[in-house]
Amino acid sequence: MASTPASTKLSAAVAAPVAAAPRVRRWRTWRGRRRLGGQVLFYLGVLVVLLIALFPFYWILRTSLESNAEFVQGVGSTNGLVPAHLTLSSYIDDFTQLHFLTPLLNSAIVAFGTTVVTIVVASLAGYALARLPIRGGGAILTFVLLAGFFPVLAMVGPLFLLYRDLGLLDNIYPLIITYLVYTLPLSTWLLRNFFAQIPKELEEAALVDGASRLQTLRKVVIPVSIPAVFTAGILSFILAWNDFAFALSFLDSPSKFTAPLAIVVFGQSQFETYFNRIDAAVVVITIPIAILVLIAQRRIVSGLTAGSLKG
Amino acid sequence: MGTRSVARRLRLPSIGGPPPIAGVARKADRRLGYALVAPAVLLLLLVTGFPLAYNLWNSFHNVILSNAGAPQNFVGLKNYAELFTTTGFPQALARTLGFMVVSVVLETIAGLALALMLHRAFRGRGLLRAAILIPWAVPTVVSALLWTTMFDPRSGFVDYLLGILHLPGSQTTWLAGEWTAWAAVLVADAWKNVPFIAIILLAGLQLIPGDVYEAARIDGASTWQSFRRMTLPLLRPALMVALVFRTLQAFLVFDIIYIMTGGGPGTTTETLSYLNWQAFLVDTNFGFGGAISVSLVVISLLMAGAIVFVMRPRT
Repeated sequence: MASTPASTKLSAAVAAPVAAAPRVRRWRTWRGRRRLGGQVLFYLGVLVVLLIALFPFYWILRTSLESNAEFVQGVGSTNGLVPAHLTLSSYIDDFTQLHFLTPLLNSAIVAFGTTVVTIVVASLAGYALARLPIRGGGAILTFVLLAGFFPVLAMVGPLFLLYRDLGLLDNIYPLIITYLVYTLPLSTWLLRNFFAQIPKELEEAALVDGASRLQTLRKVVIPVSIPAVFTAGILSFILAWNDFAFALSFLDSPSKFTAPLAIVVFGQSQFETYFNRIDAAVVVITIPIAILVLIAQRRIVSGLTAGSLKG
Repeated sequence: MGTRSVARRLRLPSIGGPPPIAGVARKADRRLGYALVAPAVLLLLLVTGFPLAYNLWNSFHNVILSNAGAPQNFVGLKNYAELFTTTGFPQALARTLGFMVVSVVLETIAGLALALMLHRAFRGRGLLRAAILIPWAVPTVVSALLWTTMFDPRSGFVDYLLGILHLPGSQTTWLAGEWTAWAAVLVADAWKNVPFIAIILLAGLQLIPGDVYEAARIDGASTWQSFRRMTLPLLRPALMVALVFRTLQAFLVFDIIYIMTGGGPGTTTETLSYLNWQAFLVDTNFGFGGAISVSLVVISLLMAGAIVFVMRPRT
């Protein structure tokens, strides 16, 4: 019992020179000093990157918490990094006077709709491309991937004319089909690669038991592919949530706007550009994306990179 | 053909192939396969193939909506000739290519530095990765408006900081001058896209086996030599992916330009996509707009092909 402090002392005495040696040498030798200096520089670099990535978000948060009157005075000596008076009035204005809830809901509907359609269509195509003996599978896959590089503005004109002729302009639902050009290439590629890695024996057992291909897909393949489906879903949601060009071209009345379009129009429709109001809306549409990134960081990274580096 | 059909005739279970009952099942599987890829292919054809064909047709015709009474007659190459004569197409092309080269070069260098940083094991690595992913994931509208705020002379941080540090330029109205506007656009573009390049290159770095560096170190290579001779060549596939994505996105830049500058001051920041949007939705000239669109598609394809060719694996 009494040996416990003694033994810790002993082990500390034994361990100390081993642990301390490099630290001492670090300062004494030229090489050690250089390495430590490198370490400090490295962490300084990390700090700079963190600041560049995150400080602008602080600045819009700061601006969004100003009142109109304070905003008009501008950034100055009394009103610097932190505004003199914090207020939520910009947020309240956005939701009461500018009716920002409607575009938020529109965006949510379109982004969720796009995600669901993408997952269904990409799972079917991905399964066929990974498992079924279709001719020209390589060519089909190449086409699906190339479609992702098609210039967005080259789609705007013809689709505008098509939707006009079908009476679908100023309507959020055609956007779901349009956004598939953002989401289907990446999702199909991701899911195809994932399905191809699943051991065939898993499906064969079900097939021998008399299940059809579609039943196998639904009951065996999809359940073990939930991580990949989830990844494809998150990336699709982000890509659909982020569109601006199509919404700008096809939507006309404020009640139909998606959130990104509504924010840009806030800025254009006023005589005085109230960045505090604009930035309040910017903060609001950034929050869901920031939450998604924080909870699904690994999935997003693996989806982006698996989607581009394999095969 | 041979071994498999023998196996089938002998009713042997073929390894990796469909189950032995397959003769008919295989045909059914193929048919099912076409049915399953059909929705994806048809939907993508609707949003890419159809617009390309429609643009081609329009580009040889006189299609101006504001001039509704006019017949949509065949005009030959008139719309394409107009690209080089009456409008700002050549200037916009030069500007767009300039922006593309500058932004892609700068962003690739910064992205590589960031990837090397993230490749080291250190405390706070997860935090750093999350912090750079958020700028990538937010809408372009957010990055554009955020940097419009930052560069605003009255409420922005940039001029405020320059003022505090007593540096020149603290009264700059960034978006009102041609080159300062381009600088602001470049910053907003890089802030959003450098993380993307970094993430792709980081994945490439992680694919390089560690013993390659070990061997180089034993052979007495310096850090710079092993970076130059080992890392960069082995990173080539990842660099190619990042370059193809970024080059095309930069060539087609639209959202940031529309939101931050509206093509201004004057027409000095109008890019090809901006010109294309104007032709369609401001001038409602779908013939001329179609000609721009067709050129966008052709140039994009050529550039993607060129990058893949230059960066092809050399073995």
